[in-house]
Amino acid sequence: MYTQGLDAAGADARADSADLGGEDALQQRFQRRVDAEQKIEPKDWMPERYRSTLIRQISQHAHSEIVGMLPEGNWITRAPTLQRKVILIAKVQDEGGHGAYLYGAAETLGVGRDQLIDQLLAGKAKYSSIFNYPTPTWADVGAIGWLVDGAAIMNQIPLCRCSYGPYARAMVRVCREESFHQRQGYDIMLRLSQGSSEQRRMAQEALNRWWWPALMMFGPPDGDSTHGTESQRWKIKRFSNDELRQKFVDFTVPQARYLGLAVPDPELRWNDLEGRYHFGAIDWREFEQVLKGNGPCNAERLAARRAAHAQGAWVREAASAYAEKQSVRAANRAA
Amino acid sequence: MQDDRDWPLYEIFVRARGGLDHKHAGSLHAADARMAIDHARDLYTRREEGVSLWVVRSSDITASDPAEADSLFEPARDKIYRHPTFYAIPDEVKTL
Repeated sequence: MYTQGLDAAGADARADSADLGGEDALQQRFQRRVDAEQKIEPKDWMPERYRSTLIRQISQHAHSEIVGMLPEGNWITRAPTLQRKVILIAKVQDEGGHGAYLYGAAETLGVGRDQLIDQLLAGKAKYSSIFNYPTPTWADVGAIGWLVDGAAIMNQIPLCRCSYGPYARAMVRVCREESFHQRQGYDIMLRLSQGSSEQRRMAQEALNRWWWPALMMFGPPDGDSTHGTESQRWKIKRFSNDELRQKFVDFTVPQARYLGLAVPDPELRWNDLEGRYHFGAIDWREFEQVLKGNGPCNAERLAARRAAHAQGAWVREAASAYAEKQSVRAANRAA
Repeated sequence: MQDDRDWPLYEIFVRARGGLDHKHAGSLHAADARMAIDHARDLYTRREEGVSLWVVRSSDITASDPAEADSLFEPARDKIYRHPTFYAIPDEVKTL
């Protein structure tokens, strides 16, 4: 999902040095608390690997929200009506807000936000592969809301019950806002699918572009996922990648049918016996390439983030200078 | 010139409606308290979630130690006589 790199990054997630014998009791107590569905809070004892896994997952999630502002931000100035424009601005602002909630949650684990942002700008941090795809038409904005935010909701709802308190609480806030994102996307698709033949073609082409990348958002298949078990034992992750992906397909195919659009998968069919859709094989080589930085827009996204950060430097400096001046004045008045 | 890496962390408290307590909503970085209020408005009340905000420097908060939670809170556990349900009142006695 927004943290799919976690599963693919087997190599850089090497095991921490073996826990010391003295920590055994703490480990067991920690696991008992997790098993009893108690929340772990920032100052509680936690295994180092729990902490590092969370920092990686939450920061990847935060980066994804921030980079995720770019593909849609691309259409703010070109939205077809004033109403669509204000809706899109609100949605993109929400994504920025989600990034801020998540950086805040990561910071409770003892890492600085600046450190995390530096990693992103240096190209060392991962974010969701999905945001490295382009948005050539207005219909892509609809497809993103419907499919990308829809897939995100599928993943984020179980995260609201994650064992780490600050992450779970941030996700509750995020999920409350995400439903608007998905609906506004579907609304765009609905309008296009009821429009002219050209508009219907736009909608179909956008679905063709986003369907497979959306399925990839859930991360590698369960057999290849290196962190699934540990994250599930710690109740960071509640469902496997394949379980969530299947659920997404089962929910989304009827929605596509209502739009009169064809899901671009010749193998897609309802399996009555299993009570779910069978779908075709995902091209995992494409996924790996995008994660490695070779997707259609990886370089563009990173360049846009770097430029935004650099161009905002004077604002940060001015705010710091103003705050300093005010505090000096206050001190002088008090003296 | 200093960058935002020097900006302190603020904890944000939101009063959802008049008559309710301010409740912790999350945290954010800001150059000063005034900016923390402005950012808190944008971050935590985009959908009328609040009518009032408090911002407090995170470093100004003193918290109890979770490791001492047992010794701190356990003494209250066996004082069940502090609850009204501890006392059996005859059915005949009303409005007590």
